[in-house]
Parts: sequence; C-alpha cells; structure tokens
Amino acid sequence: MKILVPVKRVVDYNVKVRVKSDSTGVDIANVKMSMNPFDEIAVEEAVRLKEKGLVTEVIAVSCGVAQCQETLRTAMAIGADRAILVETPADLDLQPLAVAKLLKALVGKEQPGLVILGKQAIDDDANQTGQMLAALADLPQATFASKVELAADKVSVTREIDGGLETLSLSLPAVITTDLRLNEPRYVTLPNIMKAKKKQLDTVKPEDLGVDVAPRLKTLKVSEPPKRGAGVKVADVAALVEKLKNEAKVI
Amino acid sequence: MSVLVIAEHDNASIKGATLNTVTAAAACGGDVHVLVAGHNAAGAAQAAAQIAGVAKVIHADAAGLAHGLAENVAAQVLAIASNYSHILFPATAGGKNVAPRVAAKLDVAQISDITKVVSPDTFERPIYAGNAIATVQSQDATKVITVRTTGFDAAAATGGSAATETAAATADAGKSSFVGSEIAKSDRPELTAAKIIVSGGRALGSKEKFDEVMTPLADKLGAAIGASRAAVDAGYAPNDLQVGQTGKIVAPQLYVAAGISGAIQHLAGMKDSKVIVAINKDAEAPIFSVADYGLEADLFTAVPELVKAL
Repeated sequence: MKILVPVKRVVDYNVKVRVKSDSTGVDIANVKMSMNPFDEIAVEEAVRLKEKGLVTEVIAVSCGVAQCQETLRTAMAIGADRAILVETPADLDLQPLAVAKLLKALVGKEQPGLVILGKQAIDDDANQTGQMLAALADLPQATFASKVELAADKVSVTREIDGGLETLSLSLPAVITTDLRLNEPRYVTLPNIMKAKKKQLDTVKPEDLGVDVAPRLKTLKVSEPPKRGAGVKVADVAALVEKLKNEAKVI
Repeated sequence: MSVLVIAEHDNASIKGATLNTVTAAAACGGDVHVLVAGHNAAGAAQAAAQIAGVAKVIHADAAGLAHGLAENVAAQVLAIASNYSHILFPATAGGKNVAPRVAAKLDVAQISDITKVVSPDTFERPIYAGNAIATVQSQDATKVITVRTTGFDAAAATGGSAATETAAATADAGKSSFVGSEIAKSDRPELTAAKIIVSGGRALGSKEKFDEVMTPLADKLGAAIGASRAAVDAGYAPNDLQVGQTGKIVAPQLYVAAGISGAIQHLAGMKDSKVIVAINKDAEAPIFSVADYGLEADLFTAVPELVKAL
C-alpha cells in the first residue's frame, strides 16, 4: 500500500509575523520558513507505518512555489521515499479548495491506500484541505487523529473531539488528518538529509493535472488584531484580589 | 434566501456553540433555519425550536446520523443545501469536521472561524494564530462558514417558537463507522462557555500538583480548568482542556494563567478574554505583555494564598 502525505511550507511557528503596512497581507519576505508542524507529524506517522511493514511506499506532495522543494527534501529526510511538487506561480493565492483538487488528481494517479495530512496549516489556520480532499475523492475521513491502527482493508482511528476522544473505523482507501498528540516527529539527521538529496522529486504544473487553481475567496485586507491595553503588575495576592473585586469587578 | 445553521447537539439537548452560531447567522440576513441531524434527537430538535430568532427547525433522524459521522452528516446537509445562501457550522470539532466536506461537494471555498460578519459576503477571520485579521470576500453563490463562537454573543436559548419540519434522512454512506468514545467526565462549566477559567502550565510540574493547586482555585471561583499545550503534552491535564491555536478558543470574563509562559500559540486561544491575570515567577514571561494584572510570584505559594483570600 502507498501513503500520500501532503506537506506545506509555512512561516516557522516561532516567528512572530508582522502585518504589512499597506494591509495587503503578512510580511513573509526574509522570514524563516519550515514544514507545517502538523505535516511533520503526518510524515512521521506514514514513515512509522512503513517501518512496521504495513506500507510499501511513502510519497510526499507539496503544492506551491519552487522553494517547497526544501520542504519535500525534509519530508524525504524523515523517511518519505519520493516527492511530487505541484508548482504554482509565486503571486498566486493558493487556497484549500484548489489544493484539495490538485491532491484529488494525484490520488487518482497514484492510488494510495491512505492519505495523511496535517489537521491545519499554521498560516491560514483553515483546517479544510483534508476534509475537502476526502469529499472530492469520495473517501471516508478521520480528522484530528491521535492514534492510527492500520489493518489490511481498514483503519481504526482515535480522534480528539470536544470533551474527549472517539474511535472510528474506516474502510480503505481513506483520508486522515493529524492532531498534535499522534506522535513525536523524529529529528532529521545529516546522513538522512544527504540521502534525501538523491531521492526522486518530480515537478508538475496544475495544468498537467487539469485543475483550475484560481482563488475563490478574495482577501480585501489584512490588519493587526486590536492591541490590549498595557496591564499593571501587582505586589501581592491581596492587591490582586482587591483589583479583581473593585477595579475589574470580575469576582 | 435563508440561512442554515447546523446544530451541535448530543441528541437530547443543544450545545451552547449553536447559540452563538445562530447570532452569526442572523447577521448574514434572511430567515434562520436550524438543521438537527441525529438519532433519537427529538429533544434536541425541540430545544432548537426554542432558540430566539430561529424561524424553522429541520429535523433529520436516522441511526447513521447518531455519532455525527462526517460522511453522513455532510450528505444530509447537501440534501437541503440548495435552499440556502449561507450554511453555518460552529467552529467546534464537529463543525470543523463536516463543513469543508459540504463546501467541497458544493465546489465553494469555505470560510473558517469567522469572528465578524461585515456584510453577507464579507467576513473577518483571524490568521497566523490570531496575529493578523483577514477580511475576506466570498465570490461563491453559497457561503459555507464555520463560526468562532467567542466572536459572537449567544442567542437566547428560549423565547423562540419555530416550526419543526421532518426531513427525509439520507442513507448511511457505509464507509466509516463509530467504534466508541471516551468522554472526560466533569462537573465544571464547559471550557468554551465558562465565565471564569483558571489555566495551568508546565510550571505545575506533575499531574498531582496540577490537580492539587488548580482544582481548589477553580472550585472557589466556579471556574472551568484549562491548560497550556506544554501541560497537556506532559500529561498533567487531558488534551480536551488545551487552550490555544490548536485547542480551544476561549474568551471568558476572567482568565487566570498560572505558570504559563504565554507562547503565541497559547495567546491565540485566550487573548480575547476580558480580564487576564498572570501568575508567573519569570518577570520576562511573554504572558505579562497581555495580562491586565500580573503577579510575579511562585504559583505554589500564590495560588493557595489566592484561594484563601477569596
């Protein structure tokens, strides 16, 4: 069985982003980029399933600008066998529906038994792509996975839901999106980074896949969130209680 | 055209998040209809009919809808989708699971986690962990939306008298099945609906200490307990208590952060709280930059003292 793992290149999670002064977006020029943390978890899970002998090949996919190759090399250094870049122009606002359509086309081509995605990307915070792919490819889905048990013709997934956990059983092929607690991604080692450079990386264009990637949502502006007023430091617990009771009146 | 809200419910009653979503739906304009899809969910449908501002409740009942499986619920929504200009889900685990499936089948973009309705086709939503607010305009005929519940007031749960209509349930897709669930039991207010939240971080050091220090304070204030990702990952608290970008988004009247440094991912989940109190012994902790009242102290002495003083 093959596993397809879509990965996204995003602003590193440690970076505090700044809104551009002309309100057209967030300034990402010269900012450190990394693999979306949820996608690292997805690659790790796919590689673990391969290490258990349940999977024959792990294919990493990324959609976006040419620099997404770096993200794919990282995925291959974690253990993905080969990679596909769907290259789109730098000025294109690539949205979840378009990515889901590109992935659907690749699912049709590669026929994976499982697609594992991150639950959301930390830049657009959309939390849509996995579900949309499942809908377009007419596959069952298990989102926010914290445990995956793969058998020959089905997969059992424990999901994080409001209030606790639930377990679903899906027939294969299926789509899974990862939550934080699914696993702890391994560090990539230098020898594996070197090996990853030799692995196969194919590049295709959206036109090759017959997908229209035009954005459907128009971003009118991007602004700073309202700032909180500066707070005060209190000397001790008594002063804190006094402030909460008499100034803030919240207790 | 009318606006459809997909109710979040447990078959017997309506969950609070539905009420905030009804308010957002009313802001989109048109009659507000509520879909209650479930199994033996007559109780939930009755409760939905009581919500102020709801014009009609559509009740679909079938065994396949019992556990909110995305495949089946999405099919149920799609069966009636053509009657609506807007389809709104609360941005809960349930809503986030189903909404994009509906949007993709309708071939429309979904608008996630809206915090404001600017006009029927324009919405505000936070991006980059809440560090920027995007104003987006939908070009699609049908708007499929998830609503950040803390961005909207709750509609009154009573006072309405909507007609209830039964819809034919769609067939079970048969590709997925519910195996079981483990729901954490709690007598406390629900985290996303609580007026006061006390939240603990990694500085608590162990599960025992977390319970020992945080529980009395929560009891005293009638508060819900939350946790940072670090505390959850370390096993001090169950993961459904996690507040942050990837956990729950909360906006209580009072948020007490004890032993939480205040990483941007955590702030994304709580910085819309009315009053934020930080208790931390590190004077440089970023949490102090958003706290209305900061107390630089060891939480193991400060929190018990606070309990005594209340």
